[in-house]
Amino acid sequence: MSSQDGQAVPPKALTGLGGFLDDRFRGARGVRTFFKKIFPDHWTFLLGEIALYSFIILLLTGTFLALFFKPSMTDVIYHGTYTRLDGVRMSEAYASTLNISFDVRGGLLMRQIHHWAADLFMAAIFAHMLRIFFTGAYRKPRDVNWLIGIVLLTLGMLEGLFGYSLPDDLLSGTGLRILEGVILGIPIVGTYLSFFLFGGQFPGNDIIPRLYVIHVLLIPGLILGLIAAHLFIMFHQKHTQMPGKGRTEKNVVGAPMYPYFMAKTGAFFFFVFGVLALLSTVAQINPIWLYGPYNPVSISAGSQPDFYMGFLEGTLRISPSWTWDLAGHTVAWNVLFPALVPLGLLLTGAALWPFIERWATGDYAEHNVNDRPRNAPTRTAIGVAAVAFYSIMLLEGANDLIADHLDIPLYTITWIARFAVFLGPALAYFLTKRICLGLQRKDRDLLEHGLETGIIRQMPDGEFVEIHRPVSEEKRAVLLSKKEPVALPAPGAADENDIPAPATRGLAGKLRATANRVITESVPLTGGNGHGNGHGNGHGGSHGDEAERAAVGAPHSPVADGDVAAPGTVARDNGQQSGDAGS
Amino acid sequence: MSENDQTSADQPGEDERASGGATEAAGRAGEPAGTAAAGSPGSAEEAEGQEHSRPHRVIGTPSPTAARTLLDPAAGNGGPGQGAIESGDPARAKRAERIVAFFFLLSALASIGFIAAYIGMPVHSMSRVFHSNLALGSAMTVGFLSMAFGAVIWVRRLMPDVEMSEPRKPVASTPEDRQAFQQTFMEGGEDSGFIKRPLVRRTLIAATVPLALAPVVLLRDMGPLPGTTLRHTVWRKGMRLLVFGSNRPMKPEEFDSPGGLITMVPDGYQDNDDELAKAAVILIKFEPGQLQPPTVMDWTVQNIVAYSKICTHVGCPVALYEQTTHHILCPCHQSTFNAPRGATVIFGPAPRPLPQLPLTTDAEGYLVAAGDFTEPVGPSFWERG
Repeated sequence: MSSQDGQAVPPKALTGLGGFLDDRFRGARGVRTFFKKIFPDHWTFLLGEIALYSFIILLLTGTFLALFFKPSMTDVIYHGTYTRLDGVRMSEAYASTLNISFDVRGGLLMRQIHHWAADLFMAAIFAHMLRIFFTGAYRKPRDVNWLIGIVLLTLGMLEGLFGYSLPDDLLSGTGLRILEGVILGIPIVGTYLSFFLFGGQFPGNDIIPRLYVIHVLLIPGLILGLIAAHLFIMFHQKHTQMPGKGRTEKNVVGAPMYPYFMAKTGAFFFFVFGVLALLSTVAQINPIWLYGPYNPVSISAGSQPDFYMGFLEGTLRISPSWTWDLAGHTVAWNVLFPALVPLGLLLTGAALWPFIERWATGDYAEHNVNDRPRNAPTRTAIGVAAVAFYSIMLLEGANDLIADHLDIPLYTITWIARFAVFLGPALAYFLTKRICLGLQRKDRDLLEHGLETGIIRQMPDGEFVEIHRPVSEEKRAVLLSKKEPVALPAPGAADENDIPAPATRGLAGKLRATANRVITESVPLTGGNGHGNGHGNGHGGSHGDEAERAAVGAPHSPVADGDVAAPGTVARDNGQQSGDAGS
Repeated sequence: MSENDQTSADQPGEDERASGGATEAAGRAGEPAGTAAAGSPGSAEEAEGQEHSRPHRVIGTPSPTAARTLLDPAAGNGGPGQGAIESGDPARAKRAERIVAFFFLLSALASIGFIAAYIGMPVHSMSRVFHSNLALGSAMTVGFLSMAFGAVIWVRRLMPDVEMSEPRKPVASTPEDRQAFQQTFMEGGEDSGFIKRPLVRRTLIAATVPLALAPVVLLRDMGPLPGTTLRHTVWRKGMRLLVFGSNRPMKPEEFDSPGGLITMVPDGYQDNDDELAKAAVILIKFEPGQLQPPTVMDWTVQNIVAYSKICTHVGCPVALYEQTTHHILCPCHQSTFNAPRGATVIFGPAPRPLPQLPLTTDAEGYLVAAGDFTEPVGPSFWERG
């Protein structure tokens, strides 16, 4: 590093290159802004990065596999390295997958990394999505990015399903058979769709090449485009941050892109790739040579799809055998309902939730500081209920394995699941909400009384008291990050003239008022209600300062303006602190 | 670079801006303990918006924050300098540097090892494949993880620990910008005549519909129309049943494993997956008197009954047979069929019994079909009725 007049300049070669580029693209200001961009830090912010890097690894390893894979269903007789299948009739797709595994150096490793990366991709997407949901990071202005994420999740599932179907082995072929059965169940057009997709009867000779082009071109292209949009929007809107000292709605606190974030994220890419390489070295995945080539007559017991499809497997298994005969036509509810409704409910519910929440809370403001899950008890409870629902279906999807390993009768498990799928989420909702409100009460206790130090002091009159220490500034800032929800008028609430509030009139009004009651249940951080009676009276009460209320409730005026670092930016915190002090 | 050369971070923001806003690092050693944690409310407030301590810091330890002036000081960054690089101890920094270098070198060695393993370890046999996989995978793992560890230690030990703040403006445009945009938009609309020439507008919109429909038509040739394909299989009167795998015909008396289940395929179609996907059947032999209605007794031969192997749920092969209970179980979704009673459904999502194939024997005594199934096999479909 040389120096002129105390100002550091890069080495000559770099200056030359920079000048060359800047003469053509004028990037000095833009790239500098990019370098200085602040990225907030929290371990959960890495979940999305895992998904991103898994996808890059999928592109790299997938390209390698495509150099050797033959997406063809032409019958061949195998005479290769894997002697146990010598002389067996199989499709060229299966034979070429055997060749990749046993006759291409590093082929098995790349296959296994590709498969592990697909599983990690989906797992990271799920975890990332849950983080976004539970911290409320999907709220305005990020609701559109949330929708893009849901589309990415759906595309990821399809991409994975089509991908693991390509080797045309017995396991994945059975998966395709199930797919055919589900498509046949679609009313009116199902039979036609199936014949068009498979090029005639199942299995036909077309499905593998068709899935191949969808898997390597169409869906990856869509995913790539949507990831680009996802990242650009994130970049443009700036990342959310976790609550903490000095973190407000109007600033972003963290480390700059260059060099910190670049170095960390680069390291993280290597870490993800390294872990996938390790898994693929020591943990075998999808050993298609053990399954054998697909034929429609054979099957192996304990067939399981990849985990991200297990949910649908569970819904199919749990379903009763309902079908309708509708004027000479068959409506296969036993297939249609489990294939479409539960997943549709989850995805549609997730997509609509930000808008339902806005409508029910009247909170149209912009949010950049994440919620602590406990501070949004209803949202957290709904999220946990959804997780419970998903998990029960996932477990039911492996009911035969559970029955086998735990020695529980198979039908018993299915019957338990049939009830648990309704009771489990309800119980999860109730418990989660109570736990959240309990944690809120604990937070208030911490604010009001501080931490127990374990030091006991004897008072002059003989009384023993434990010394409490006020919580640290940082902790205090986290506790005070809670925003009291705004209450809408209660259902049927009337003013002094006995006229119901306009917002609560009509069916939609009543529904909204009820949803608002449920969603705004909260234990105020500061308040004179005494202990133990916090919940349920957060709305409309006298506690919580009005400025806060206005800030949360005011539509279309998220934050005042860009003047950020001025002391005024922490006015909210100060306001709450003073309110707290007064209590 | 040495952090001691760069203590200009301590200077107020305006100076920093003049010097181009270069990254500056200040040693932490010798700096007073931070004001962030235990200071008076006043001092904490002062620090607000200028620097921020890391969460969960133990009171009394040195502040991990560093005054950073990379950002525009006008935006409220910069301020009194705090320590930065790990303890400011040159010896420790040197040690960290060596550790990072060690990992990077290790990564380089591993990558070279990867190339060596690729060249030196052939495949083409199962054991060699697994050895090759172990060697290549281990080298790759070490190569990547070493890079990761090296870079992480570099960031954590050698780069200053920074936390900075940047202003965040509301995402929405200002009302003036919106208004200006609306005006431009409407002016463009006026100029184009899109508004005042409805004929152009309406025909344009009308033209997009067939334009979008045309490519959909292209998909028509992806497959033949179903017709009645799904209603029939290749079974014909007199067609022999071949044992799946060995492809040999079978006489009833050769079925010497009562309680067992044998998969049979139609003679002449044993390699035709499209037909096998509908026509595969299972044979089960019972003790006399075990078979009950609704099994069609006329379609059985010496207490041997043939059912479709294709599950009526979504088409998996029903391959599991429980001898003691005579239950046929589909391994996919556990639909369970009662074998001696016409394969009626006793559990699971399957809506119908497995169709029964009419059996008889031919002149040579081999098992043959007496005709096709009398109903469509396999999963429900709309036209099934």
